[in-house]
Amino acid sequence: MELIIQGIIKAFELIISFDPEVMGITWLSLKISGTATFISLFIGISIGTIVALTNFSGKRLVISIINTGMGLPPVVVGLFVTILIWRSGPLGFLEILYTPYAMIIAQAIIATPIVMGISLASIQNLPPNLRLQILSLGASRIQMVWVLIKESKLPLLAAVMAGFGGVISEVGASIMVGGNIKGYSRVLTTATVMETGKGNFDIAIALGIILLILAFLVNLLLTQVQQRQHPR
Amino acid sequence: MKILRSSKWTITLMIVAALVVLGATNVFAAPKQKNIILATTTSTQDTGLLDVLIPIFEKETGYFVKTIAVGSGQAMAMGQKGEADVMLVHSPDAEKKFIAEGYGINRRLVMHNDFIIVGPSTDPAKIKTAKSSAEAMKLIAGANALFASRGDNSGTHAKEKTLWKKAEINPIGQKWYQETGLGMGQTLNVAAEKKCYTLADRGTYLAMKKNLKLDILSQGDAALLNIYHVIEVNSAKWPKANTEGAKAFADFMVSQKTQNIIKTFGVDKFGSPLFFPDAGKKVEDLGK
Repeated sequence: MELIIQGIIKAFELIISFDPEVMGITWLSLKISGTATFISLFIGISIGTIVALTNFSGKRLVISIINTGMGLPPVVVGLFVTILIWRSGPLGFLEILYTPYAMIIAQAIIATPIVMGISLASIQNLPPNLRLQILSLGASRIQMVWVLIKESKLPLLAAVMAGFGGVISEVGASIMVGGNIKGYSRVLTTATVMETGKGNFDIAIALGIILLILAFLVNLLLTQVQQRQHPR
Repeated sequence: MKILRSSKWTITLMIVAALVVLGATNVFAAPKQKNIILATTTSTQDTGLLDVLIPIFEKETGYFVKTIAVGSGQAMAMGQKGEADVMLVHSPDAEKKFIAEGYGINRRLVMHNDFIIVGPSTDPAKIKTAKSSAEAMKLIAGANALFASRGDNSGTHAKEKTLWKKAEINPIGQKWYQETGLGMGQTLNVAAEKKCYTLADRGTYLAMKKNLKLDILSQGDAALLNIYHVIEVNSAKWPKANTEGAKAFADFMVSQKTQNIIKTFGVDKFGSPLFFPDAGKKVEDLGK
């Protein structure tokens, strides 16, 4: 118990004093996971919408695969990304192993199925006649899709939160492809693992608290957007 | 028209996201050609030694060192695949094999400390009375006392296996033998929590002692020497390796200046040094 209190005190010390290393780590976490989530939004929402709006044989199989992907284990993603991008791997020429770029790639792979699965379900959940209604009002197909996406704003923002939450808290893939390099690819989760290993539990707890605060602030912002009352 | 209003928020959100992406791209522009991948053991990171040495090296040479702290076994596996440029490891038998197979060159002695057998202060297996480390291991096995093994092919794990061999005991599969598969720091935590014995390097133990309820119960045996070498990856085998950087780092590790830093590292914090510099010495002369 004493340790937890120490950790909480340490967290506030680190935040109030603007400890440059911790601030750097926090900012890097936000950048990497933010970028990864952003990438996953494009891929996830577009493919999710396409799958939701088209009919083809094997659609159920595809949806099952996407839904399975929502539970993709980060370490497995980390392992495959590592094997692909290390020097002797097929993408070795990129020389991005142990860089933040590799972390973004891995995290985007983790977040994409989450965003895709939720957006697919939310678009499918719209009343089927809505599409016909929009088209009959003279909208083009692209306009129709755009309206549908906006119509499912609430669940789509939930998808953003789920995707971001999934990657900001992820450690297995980040430590594998990022390497936890000080001042370069060390993020909140990997630093927490390392400080725990060093036995610096107070700092580890403090980093954990900072991670929670960061996740809370991001979600608060997104929830503001999501829950904004619009006149019906 | 709620659609129009909500689009304002969509746009705001997209701008925020775009700013994050923009911010992301410019800061990642770390030096590209001058990267060195250093594969090393967890002990050099967990003690904080590399946090002191690497910035000095980077400042002097302009190289950017990517330190990947793993077990010695994994570090050498990385070197074997050409995924690392230089290694700082402490698993002598595996290192010799590594050199013999042509994966590495220029193996040079850097420093040593020693391994210790730690355990709960109650010492249920009475290993304090043991005259050698092998005897201590025998006592642990004889008493069926819990033993936490790294189980990760690290240098410490390799040392532990040689000690079991000396004691003529095969602990694999025994109920009291628990493999953590974790780094040294975490294994010490497990040992402290579950009241296990474990083999640890003195450096990591001293660095973590404040949080551990573990005592040193067996030490001082010549078999417990923990020797660190620096090895450069053989560029003949892996042309992509950063040979120059690897050599620069290896030279730095054995330079007089670095050796002096190693000599005093930890004295202010722990009252005794964590490592003893050995550059230029012979392995046979260590610990005398």
